[in-house]
Amino acid sequence: MHEMSLAESVVRIVEEVAQRERARRVRSVGVEIGRLAAVEAHALAFCLDAASRGTLAEGAEFRLIDVAGSGWCAGCARELPMTTSYDGCPGCGGPLRLTRGNEMRVSDVEIE
Amino acid sequence: MCDVCGCGSGQASVEGRDIPAGDAHDPVHVRAHRRAGGHAHDHSQDRPHDHPQDTQVPGRQQARLVRIEQDILASNDRYAADNRRWLTQRGVFALNLVSSPGSGKTSLLVRTIEALADRLPVAVIEGDQQTSIDAERIRAAGATAIQINTGRGCHLDAHTVGHAIEALAVPEGALLLVENVGNLVCPSAFDLGEAHKVVVLSVTEGEDKPLKYPDMFRAASVMLLNKVDLLPHLRFDVEAVLANAHRVNPELRVIRVSALTGEGLEQWVGWLEEGVRQARHRAGANVAALQARVAALEARLAAAGR
Repeated sequence: MHEMSLAESVVRIVEEVAQRERARRVRSVGVEIGRLAAVEAHALAFCLDAASRGTLAEGAEFRLIDVAGSGWCAGCARELPMTTSYDGCPGCGGPLRLTRGNEMRVSDVEIE
Repeated sequence: MCDVCGCGSGQASVEGRDIPAGDAHDPVHVRAHRRAGGHAHDHSQDRPHDHPQDTQVPGRQQARLVRIEQDILASNDRYAADNRRWLTQRGVFALNLVSSPGSGKTSLLVRTIEALADRLPVAVIEGDQQTSIDAERIRAAGATAIQINTGRGCHLDAHTVGHAIEALAVPEGALLLVENVGNLVCPSAFDLGEAHKVVVLSVTEGEDKPLKYPDMFRAASVMLLNKVDLLPHLRFDVEAVLANAHRVNPELRVIRVSALTGEGLEQWVGWLEEGVRQARHRAGANVAALQARVAALEARLAAAGR
C-alpha cells in the first residue's frame, strides 16, 4: 500500500530533474525495484500512472527494472542468490549479508 | 499539497490541521523545514547528481537520457536524519512502535505511561488513518500526546513526524513513543529518526508472522510478545514464534508482556529507563565536550591577549 507514497516520491524526483534540465516532457523513467524491497511492482506501476497526472511526467513510460536478490557469505567468501531476506548460506549454513535486491531507485530519466 | 516542497501530498494532518500549503506556512512548519536544511529550498543535496551523464538516445532526436541513480526514499531519509539529530541533541529516547492492527499497542502504551508516571517525562505521537481516539486515550493516561491522521496513508513518514515533534514540544531527556499506523509492511521502509523500532506481536496472531513479514522483524530491535495472559486459552506455540523471529533477526530482543495483567511490564519499563539514561548521557557528553572546547578556546584567547 505504500506504493502510492513511493510513486509520489518518484514523480517528485523526476519533476526536479525535468525542471532543472528544462525538459518539455518526460518520455520514460527507469525505476529499479529489488525483489526483496517489499514493493508490489504492479501496484507501483498503477500508482505511478496516477501520481504523474498533471505533472511533466504525465504519459511517460515507467520502466520497472526487476533486481534479483543476492547476498554475501563471509564464511565461504562468495555471492549467492537470495529469495528471502533471511536466507542462509546453502553451503555452510551461515548468515548471508544482503548485497542486492532491496533497491528502490530512480536510475534514469529520458527527457525531451 | 505544499507547493514549496511538495509535502503534505498524502492528505496527512497533525491534530486535525492539514500540513499547511506553501503560502500559509505557520511557524511550526517553517521551523520543521529550517531544521531540514532551509525552507528557501536550497536543497543542494536533494539534487541527484550535479552533472549527470547525459546520453543521446539513438533514433530519438531531441531526447536525452539523464542518469541519476537516486534512492526513492532519499527525501524521507534526510528528514529522518534531521529528526534523529534534533532528538539526540536533546537526550530524547525515541521509539517507533509497529505492529498489525489490534496487537494491543495503544493499551500497552497506556500501561507503560502509568508505570512511568513520576519517573520519566513521556510524550507520544499517535499515527492512525482517521480519528484522534488513541491520542485521547494516551492523554487520559497522563502523557502529552499528538495525533497524526495519515488520511489514505498506510504509514508515518519522517516529514510529518518532524512537524509533530515540533508541535508537541518534546521536553529534553524525555521518552518519545511514536505509535505507527497498524500495518506490518509499509512502516518498515520509512525511517522516522527513532533510536529503535519496537514490533508488537500478540499471541492471538500466527506464529509464522515473522516469516511472512520479515522486513519489519528485521528492522526492529525489540519484539514485545503481547497478551501472554491469553496463552492458557490458545494453541499458540511460543517457542515456534521465537524461533521464527530469531531466524529473521538473530539480534532481536524479546519481552513477553500482558497489557491486561501487567506481566513483563517491569522488564519493558526497565529497558525504556536504561535507554533514556543512555540518551541523556550522550546528550550530556556532547554538551560537556562543547563546553570543554569553548573553555579551551577562551583560554587561548586570553593567553593571546596577554
